[in-house]
Order: sequence, then structure tokens, then C-alpha cells
Amino acid sequence: MTEAFRDRIDIALTVNGEAVEGRVPAGRHLIDFLRLDLGLTGSHASCEHGVCGACTIHVDGQAVRGCLMLAAQADGAEVWTLEGLTETGVIRDLQDAFVERNALQCGYCTPGMLASIKELLDMGGVPDRATIREHLSGNYCRCTGYEAIIDAVESVAKARAGEAAA
Amino acid sequence: MKALAGGYARARDVTHALDLLAQADGMGRVLAGGQSLIAAMNMRLSTGDMLVDISRIADLRGVAVEDGCLRIGALTRHADIGTDPLVATHAPLLVQAVHHIAHAAIRNRGTIGGSLAHADPAAEFPACVLALGGTIHLQGPEGVRQVAAEDFFVDVFETAIEEGEILTAITLPLLEAGERHVLIETARRSGDYALAGLCVVKRAAGHRVTAFSVGPRPVLAMAAMERLDAGDTAGAVDALRAEIDPPSDTQASAAYRRHLAGVLLTRALHDLTGETA
Ligand SMILES: Cc1cc2nc3c(=O)[nH]c(=O)nc-3n(C[C@H](O)[C@H](O)[C@H](O)COP(=O)(O)OP(=O)(O)OC[C@H]3O[C@@H](n4cnc5c(N)ncnc54)[C@H](O)[C@@H]3O)c2cc1C
Ligand code: FES
Ligand code: FES
Repeated sequence: MTEAFRDRIDIALTVNGEAVEGRVPAGRHLIDFLRLDLGLTGSHASCEHGVCGACTIHVDGQAVRGCLMLAAQADGAEVWTLEGLTETGVIRDLQDAFVERNALQCGYCTPGMLASIKELLDMGGVPDRATIREHLSGNYCRCTGYEAIIDAVESVAKARAGEAAA
Repeated sequence: MKALAGGYARARDVTHALDLLAQADGMGRVLAGGQSLIAAMNMRLSTGDMLVDISRIADLRGVAVEDGCLRIGALTRHADIGTDPLVATHAPLLVQAVHHIAHAAIRNRGTIGGSLAHADPAAEFPACVLALGGTIHLQGPEGVRQVAAEDFFVDVFETAIEEGEILTAITLPLLEAGERHVLIETARRSGDYALAGLCVVKRAAGHRVTAFSVGPRPVLAMAAMERLDAGDTAGAVDALRAEIDPPSDTQASAAYRRHLAGVLLTRALHDLTGETA
């Protein structure tokens, strides 16, 4: 191995608002770093090739696939997992709407759903149901049949728009 | 599964990236958005790669009009292409493509350079760049060179990029007055790779039609273009079906893809002219 390439990489980033350091193998993806090294098991890993969306988290303000980003690439990044999004209360209304509408059963897809939906809601306005569906097309749910999830998103978008107008 | 990488290095700039590739003894692998490469690594389709992470080279990202062309940096992300005003003005075909590529979270990291370099036969951007008659800019140890889109796509996942080279940018002609673009495809679910898809570009000089997911690389449908220029739309549909040689796989049979390509051309022409072909 030449000097420039490393098989273990030192990284420093913020996770859920806290500074974190680590030394990661080159091939370690970000979701394993968060779950296995930091014990943040809120965000899930499933297919590990970008198809299911269970690993969706926020990196530098955008929703991304945690399984399709290396931990080494997150050096200097600002990462938010479900734990942080929950603790700060930014998606409290959305989480309440999920419970109220039965938008989860086993809950495996839920952390990724919430992270994807947060990005859509942050864009503002009230997206129509087709837009909500399209935005969530990369998040698989094997339990709910999606309808209740769309209902929850729509109700929160409307409630937030109402508050903004009030 | 878990990826096994040989090593990782973050490139500061293009020169550094080229040095790293040169040091990697043939195992060097450019890492851009990672949306195809990391998936392949996780599935162990690719192991032992010496990853050269170019994703932070700021010079390679962004869109500009330069020397009478639209220049798109290799690291410009799908999501950026979808919202960039210069792309919307000069290459609306690419904006249409973005809506069909994967899902929002993947579009936030995937890059146009990665899409062209990866050269998936079902990918949208390669067919768009071919339809627009674009040029691919490469930089290697020997310097820079340009490859016309017609010569760039070689086979499934294979391009004209040589060992040790990096794709740095794509240039496209600026939109001319009256020019129209349509991208149309059929996929089983939103965000899936297409079963078949078409790009149609109409310029004063004539039509350019490309088909994707119907062969090992995007096809410039010369016979169909010739028929369209002659005003023979029915002939163009027949010509297109005759000049493609689509594969059969678990997604669709060759016969279905061939049929679909013709249907898509009819619909694309309808979109283009507002008339029923
Ligand atoms: C679930 C899922 C669905 C998808 N659906 C679609 C779809 O419908 N349509 C579609 O087009 N794509 C789709 N993609 C692929 C996506 O568009 C990728 O972003 C794209 O194919 C690769 O771009 P990247 O920047 O992520 O490249 P990477 O994954 O980083 O790299 C891909 C390959 O290209 C090489 N490479 C990358 N950049 C360069 C460069 N500048 N110079 C030289 N070599 C380079 C790498 O070495 C690697 O071999 C999908 C991906 C996933 C995970
Ligand atoms: S685990 Fe990342 S998309 Fe399925
Ligand atoms: S609630 Fe079980 S997968 Fe969605």
C-alpha cells in the first residue's frame, strides 16, 4: 500500500449535534458506523444496495442513503439520525401523525420514511398525494400498503401550512 | 453484505486524483457519488478497490455557458441538474431525465459524470448526451482529450475512459431557436431502471433519436431519424423496431422491448408536435 491510500481512515464529524471521532475501515458504510460503532441503531440497514430506503439519514442537510456513503466520506459532515431528529422535536408532529394514522406496523421502514418525509416537508407548501408518493418511491414498506403514510404526510403538511398562515 | 475496499484516499484536486490513480497499480477506482459503486462494493461485485474519492473537488462541480457550449462538471449531482436554470434553458432533456432517475435520496448524491462513466445500458444520461451530440472531456496522465458521445459508449459498463483517466466535464451545444426535446420511458415502478426508453431531439437540421435499455449501450437510431426527417412517422416506428436488438431478461422479453420502443416513439412524437402520429 502506498502512503496516500489508507485502509483505516480517521474521521471527525458531528452526529446529532455532537462532535464524534472515529477510525473506520475503508469499506465501512456510514450506516454501519452509526449503528455498530456509535450504537445509534435508530436508523436501519436492510438491503445495503440503495433499493429499500430503510437507511435514509440526513447528511449536510440532505436526505441520503446511509448504505451508499462510506463513513470515510463523512469526515467533516453534519449527520442526523432518527435519534437526533426525535430528540430535537423537529418531526414530533410527523411522528404523532404516524401513530394516530397507523402509518407503521413492524416499524422497520419508519426511520427511513421519516427522514425522507422530513426533506419533503422542509421544502414547504402542501405537496399533492402524487408528489408525496413520488418522493417516497424509494422507501419500501412491506406492512402498511402506504396509504396511511401518505395520509400522515398530507395531514402534517396541511397543519404546518395552516400554522404558517395563521 | 459488507464492502471490502483495498484502501481509500481523498483527492484534493484533479492532479492529485490522477497521481493517486497512477499509484494504485491498476486497482484504482474513482469514487464520485458512490450510488452505483458503493452498491456494487456492498454486494462484493467489486472488491479490493483502491478508492480515489473525487467527490470534494469543487472545480468539477457546476454548470456554465463557456465558449458557446453548455459545460457541466462531472460532479454535478442529479438533483442539481434538475434545478439548474442553465440546464433548464439549454438542455431540458436532462431535466426530464432527472425525474426518471432513481429516488430523491440517490439523486442528492449521484453525479452525471458517474452516470456516464458507469454506462449502465438502462441509464438515462448516457442516452441524453448521445441524443444531444455532446462531448465528454477526459483528463489523464498524458493530458486532456475529448471524446464525442458517439464514440464514448463501448459496451455494458464499458466506455472510452482509459486506465488512469478521469471524466471531468460534459459539453453540449446550446439550444437553438425552435429546438425541442422529449424523454420518454416505461419502468415497472417509479425510480426503477427503464424497460425501454427514448430521447428525441428536434433541431432545424433534423431529428436525433436515441434508445436506452434496448441493447448493451445507448443506440443512435439512424434509420428512424432518417425516416422522421422525411416526414414518415410510421416508417420511423418500423425502422426503430428493426434497428434495435434488445435483450430478454427477467424484466421483459426482447419482443416486448422492441414493441415498447415503437410505442414510445409514437408517444414522443405526439408530445413533440401535439398531434397524434
Ligand atoms: C436504487 C437505485 C436506483 C437507480 N436508478 C437509476 C435509474 O433509474 N437511472 C439511472 O441512470 N441511474 C440509476 N441509478 C444509478 C445512479 O444514477 C448513480 O448515481 C450513477 O449511476 C453513478 O453515479 P455516481 O456519481 O454515484 O458514481 P459512482 O457510484 O461513484 O461511480 C460509478 C462508476 O463510475 C466511475 N466514475 C464515477 N465518476 C467518474 C469520473 N468522474 N471519472 C471516471 N470514472 C468515474 C467509478 O469508478 C465507478 O466505476 C440508481 C441507483 C440506485 C442505487
Ligand atoms: S439499506 Fe440502504 S437502501 Fe436499503
Ligand atoms: S411498517 Fe413494516 S415495513 Fe413499513
